[in-house]
Amino acid sequence: MNPLVLWFHKLGSPPYFYRFAGRWLPWLYAITLIAAAVGFYGALFTAPADYQQGDSFRIMYVHVPCAWMGLFAYLFMAANGFVALVWRIKLSETLAMASAPVGAAFTFITLVTGSLWGKPTWGTWWTWDARLTSELVLLFLYFGVIGLYHAIEDRRQAARAAAFLALVGIVNLPIVHYSVIWWNTLHQAQTVSLIGPSKIAPSMLWPLLVLAFATHVYFFASVLARSRVALLELESGKDWVRALLPAPEDAHV
Amino acid sequence: MSDFFAMHGYAFYVWSAYAVFAVVLIADALAPVFARRRALRDITARLRRAASRKTS
Repeated sequence: MNPLVLWFHKLGSPPYFYRFAGRWLPWLYAITLIAAAVGFYGALFTAPADYQQGDSFRIMYVHVPCAWMGLFAYLFMAANGFVALVWRIKLSETLAMASAPVGAAFTFITLVTGSLWGKPTWGTWWTWDARLTSELVLLFLYFGVIGLYHAIEDRRQAARAAAFLALVGIVNLPIVHYSVIWWNTLHQAQTVSLIGPSKIAPSMLWPLLVLAFATHVYFFASVLARSRVALLELESGKDWVRALLPAPEDAHV
Repeated sequence: MSDFFAMHGYAFYVWSAYAVFAVVLIADALAPVFARRRALRDITARLRRAASRKTS
């Protein structure tokens, strides 16, 4: 078998994944902290104030990376949910469910920071603009997935039911992304683009990209940490989990 | 320096946004740490109960 495929199969085994994640976590946290320090230095000190928005535009450096992560986490959750439903891989169920609270956290930050940015620039905390509304629906979808997962007793059935809901909710992602084009009301259109040139000065752009990198790395750190706990609980009867516990006092066994 | 903290009048909005970002993500990072500790404690307790049932 192809070594990469072989490694993927090995990674699907809970004890192997538990050790693998444990080894990577400190590095992911360290990279996150370093990238965040560099990014925030650029965001607060080197980037010049915007000629129209003044210093309020600095909210962008927390708002935009979190908005990207809210969508990215949803895609990651749905992709793992798809694998969990089709191939019934336990690790995929775990990864899908672990990404839901992280994605919800990012979406929540996006909404709150957006509100804090909207007040000084638009003159309102909230409006039923298409982008804002679809982003709120995204947060409710995360809540739905998390709620459904906790409402069903059997952990694996719960994960599959919630994964199904996550897949249905994917229809909201293009709506969030294209809402600023389809219904051009208050929220501005995107200035940073993967394809084609970005409409933003390089001195303002690089801290944003560094912070986007930091939040991506953080997302994987949080998902790995949460998956480790979920696997411990899911496999609590197995030998590999017992081996992790402090030696039992077997005086009276 | 006070100029920096004042953000030319946008201090409340900018610093609140950064604070929300920091607080929510720090809480998110700590959650699995506590959950892991609780899970290990629960599993240990369950095994101990099972072991004592067997002997009695």
